Amino acid sequence: MTLLSLHGIRKSFGAVDVLHGVDLSVAAGEVVGLVGDNGAGKSTLMKTITGIYRADSGSIEFDGKDILALDPGQRRRLGIEMIYQDLSLAKQQDVASNIFLGREPTKRLFGLFPGFVDKSEMDRQAARMIERLGAHLPSINRSVGSFSGGQQQTVAIARALTFNPKLVIMDEPTAALAVREVQSVLDLIRRLRSEGIAVILISHRLNDVLSVTDRIVVLRHGRADADLVTAKTNMNEVVSRIVGGGDIAAAAAHEQRG
Amino acid sequence: MASETTQLGFWARVQRASVERLHIRLESLVVLLALSTAMALLSPYFLSLSNFLNILLATSTIGVLAIAATFVIGSGGLDLSLGSVMGLAGVAGAFVAVNLGWPSVLAVIACILAGAIAGYINGQLVTRAFVPAFIVTLGMLGLARGLALVISQGRAIYGLPPEIVYIGQGRPFGIPMPVIILVLTAIVAHMVLAYTRFGRHTLALGDSEGAARAAGIRVEHHRRIIYTLSGALAGLAGLLFTARVNAGDPTAGINYELTAITAAIIGGTNLFGGRASILGTMIGALIMGVLQNGLTLLAVQSYYQQMAIGGVLILAVFIDQYQVRKESRV
Repeated sequence: MTLLSLHGIRKSFGAVDVLHGVDLSVAAGEVVGLVGDNGAGKSTLMKTITGIYRADSGSIEFDGKDILALDPGQRRRLGIEMIYQDLSLAKQQDVASNIFLGREPTKRLFGLFPGFVDKSEMDRQAARMIERLGAHLPSINRSVGSFSGGQQQTVAIARALTFNPKLVIMDEPTAALAVREVQSVLDLIRRLRSEGIAVILISHRLNDVLSVTDRIVVLRHGRADADLVTAKTNMNEVVSRIVGGGDIAAAAAHEQRG
Repeated sequence: MASETTQLGFWARVQRASVERLHIRLESLVVLLALSTAMALLSPYFLSLSNFLNILLATSTIGVLAIAATFVIGSGGLDLSLGSVMGLAGVAGAFVAVNLGWPSVLAVIACILAGAIAGYINGQLVTRAFVPAFIVTLGMLGLARGLALVISQGRAIYGLPPEIVYIGQGRPFGIPMPVIILVLTAIVAHMVLAYTRFGRHTLALGDSEGAARAAGIRVEHHRRIIYTLSGALAGLAGLLFTARVNAGDPTAGINYELTAITAAIIGGTNLFGGRASILGTMIGALIMGVLQNGLTLLAVQSYYQQMAIGGVLILAVFIDQYQVRKESRV
């Protein structure tokens, strides 16, 4: 069943055309790798899915609904979550505030005034989520800016998973992590798939992409240039599709060395 | 987690608790107490109930402006037009009450509305015209002051109705009305900033605009509300001042933004946004009030007081930035 389908997505910034009509579809519970050279338009494409950018033309359907006109908050409520490369955390706020930012549970103050944030409920759920991820944080009441890179990544992942998403987009989730932490992110992606949650993984680490995805889409010059089934492809083919000819053997050998 | 807590000293733990639970920086409270003690030792007139109420009364206008500054700076913005908008609002209210002869209720509404409109224009320009807040509100500082002088033809408007004067000079239960209004405003503002979604989104916005946007917060819309709120509070400050001096003075509030912003920064507001509390700001405003009151009691010329406030602002930001750099190095 198709969860997300994009048709002819175009996006330009002033005179710079970034996306020239991208087609992409993701099924429920499918893990799709999105690869491409720097400047191929990967991040721009993902931000048109989350609604940070509005596509100039084309159509985006999610779960059978046209979502082109919806803002990021509305798309999030439908079940699209993204873990950004820069993590997009509010560094001076604590763990629960980040996880629930924009979606804080509220209660009535003295049973009268509505709209007050239920902080104890937030803290409780945040602690439960962090525990479910099997992560350890020094304290959930501290500002996340005082945490290590891996710990901040945990908060960003917890934020994406707390509201039962249908699609999680991960932009370079392993770029800044230690080897052991990389493995736990890959395990997490496999777990999401087994729970029926679709994942779009953007990564330069082709070994990770090949080991965890079902399909690999290669973005090149603002187009979806290739759509490969992971089980039927290999490093050489992926690399050659990314660079589009040239000295493929040398580039592939470089990637293989990791 | 447990081991880390026990490693911290007693002072560090109290500090952390005060920041997390009460949203105030303990240092500002220490400064307030030290300053008050010093003034009490230097002047025999400082420690008395009437002088205490004097300080609160003198702090009321600045306090309301400082609340406005806290919201704006906490959201990563800046409002330099606070003092001028306050002056404009006072003149607008006096003009409605005296020149037009309309009922006092409308004069009160005129004050707050004039401020809110000025703030709304600030917000529109910041979010739609992409002019930096520093420039927009600096321009508004000139615009609002000029408009106040135009409306009043450069002269103070006298002869306010008694209901308005009561707002500034009335003393129910012996407590000056402006002090009561400040305290109520501060309580509401504290609840809003610390415990509502609006307040949390305000600080998240000042912390990281990108994170707020990614979380689905309507960033521009939120900023427009904050600037409008800031203007409306400046309007309230204008009402308090006008009612207290019993005149719509077009030169009211000159340099007040300096004191208000200083109070907010001393109170622990991060100059670049993301951290702020009204409770802290009120302590900051009291520090400014005690400083000015004490220097007056000690017969220090008001010119030097101005210098002291400017110096305190730079010192407060220096200390804050020093601590931030120290923490980030750990």
